[in-house]
Amino acid sequence: MMTETRITESDDGRTALIERPDGHGDADLMTVNMGPQHPSTHGVLRVILTLDGETVVNAEPEIGYLHTGIEKTIQAKRYEAGLTCTDRMDYLSPLANNLAYCLAVEKLLELPIPERATWLRMMLVELQRIASHLVWLGTHALDMGASTPFLYCFRERERVLDLFEELTGQRLMTSYIRFGGVEQEVPDGWLGRVRDFVDEFPAHVDEYESLLTNNGIWRERLIGVGVIGAEEAIAWGMTGPCLRGSGVDWDLRKKAPYCAYSELDFTVPVLTAGDCYSRYLCRVAEMRQSTRLVVQCLDRLPGGPIRSDNRKVVPPPKDELSSSMESVIHHFKLLTEGMKPPIGEVYHAVESPRGELGVYLVSDGTNKPRRCHVRAPSFANLQALPRLCKGHLIADVVAIIGSIDIILGEIDR
Amino acid sequence: MVENPDAATAAVIINPADENRTVQRLRAAFPSLDIPALLLRGQAWAVVPAALVVEVCTFLRDDSQLRYEMLLDVTAVDLLPAAPRWEVVYSLLSLSRNERFRLKVLLSDGPDPIVPSVSGVWRSGNWYEREIYDLMGIHFSDHPDLRRLLMPEDWVGYPLRFDHPLGGEEVGFTS
Repeated sequence: MMTETRITESDDGRTALIERPDGHGDADLMTVNMGPQHPSTHGVLRVILTLDGETVVNAEPEIGYLHTGIEKTIQAKRYEAGLTCTDRMDYLSPLANNLAYCLAVEKLLELPIPERATWLRMMLVELQRIASHLVWLGTHALDMGASTPFLYCFRERERVLDLFEELTGQRLMTSYIRFGGVEQEVPDGWLGRVRDFVDEFPAHVDEYESLLTNNGIWRERLIGVGVIGAEEAIAWGMTGPCLRGSGVDWDLRKKAPYCAYSELDFTVPVLTAGDCYSRYLCRVAEMRQSTRLVVQCLDRLPGGPIRSDNRKVVPPPKDELSSSMESVIHHFKLLTEGMKPPIGEVYHAVESPRGELGVYLVSDGTNKPRRCHVRAPSFANLQALPRLCKGHLIADVVAIIGSIDIILGEIDR
Repeated sequence: MVENPDAATAAVIINPADENRTVQRLRAAFPSLDIPALLLRGQAWAVVPAALVVEVCTFLRDDSQLRYEMLLDVTAVDLLPAAPRWEVVYSLLSLSRNERFRLKVLLSDGPDPIVPSVSGVWRSGNWYEREIYDLMGIHFSDHPDLRRLLMPEDWVGYPLRFDHPLGGEEVGFTS
């Protein structure tokens, strides 16, 4: 005789099959709608919960509320204009999106990048990773009922955004990384302010950790919740901290180094438990590693140009226009027609704060991409939500959604 | 594809990928098939018949020398007016060997282009195929849950098709 409710997995792994001691099975299940305006869904995500009392039998995510047809828009615009669309996908890490798109286009063009631009790019995406993880940590803690870490995290995130604003003119939609390099030279004293920030930041991470890591409530809410093993995480296509929290040592900065990551010294935090707490520890450790990376970029930032001088791709500097007819022609051609990459197709991926962010580009030789598809890390990570939530309490759904760090902007595109 | 002499660099030569290990294994395992394979910028892809995509994917996942454990992405390319019109592109990743491979299936234009679903081979295929169905109108047979993913359920048409107009939709709330 069975004494407690038993939950097993259906063949496709998406729903739980329920067996109750009274033999009622599915009869007492209740369907509850969560979202799309629920504060803990971090955007507009709707989850249809099937509950047996307080136990989650199934959690079916419904997405598409933020679908704005970004891929279609990019395909209707010139390559240059597509760049600004990429900012708007993962709005917490626009620089990583810029980088993935630019690297894909540059790979298609086989365009070499000046060294200074490469190092600036790395410095910026690592700062971006810190800023993105800070939003995740703050909101995740807020979801769990801890409001103080949110204020602390946003305090430091604001400093990173101030640095971005000073450099690019924008806090969020920076569009700073361009084909062939970066948009402009850093302002006077900016590098010093970055250094001030990274010098102070490790102490702030200690501060967050002192609030959370050994906090009894925090541990109680996260340890053993939303556990997924390595093999399953791989089968679901999970990447980033969600995969590394499940014990898979996989970081594109190490495994397929782009920019100059192969020259930098950093470690990839890997935790084996596969629960929400592992994913938390993994991201906190990543913030520390990113700080190290920014310091190395500052120390080793080379001089020289910040943008390629290939005039078929990059417009000439303004002052050349008054002295060189050739520059005027290049400028005119680029601004009226845009550049035309050769026929072909490439895929390029970067390690965004959420995992593998890939851009698949198909060029038909015209000035607009024939196909631009973005492989969004959150899309695959969210897909595993039913698997992660199954059998947990309804309150844990909030913890699990927070721990996979989704951005609906890039899921829906 | 459209020939364009103004391309920014000289026309690229897309090489055959006969040296690629995955392609060699694939050809050895399916000797009766003609598997065209190409290589560009160090990235190789092969084209297989739609009817065999599940067998090929299972082989790529399970073969001890290939072990493509992860299906990173599935997408489709609309090559209108070229024929065949559709390319379904599977991006595979082997974590154990740190290698990537692209598999393509070509589909001709028609009312319901259809390809077998690989969501039984890799779980991640489920949403990717739903997204393609939703936006491009390609059907996946044996898919466990082939519904629209991003667009509203009552939407008519497939917005990511090349011949779908941009901005041709009526605005919902005008007055």
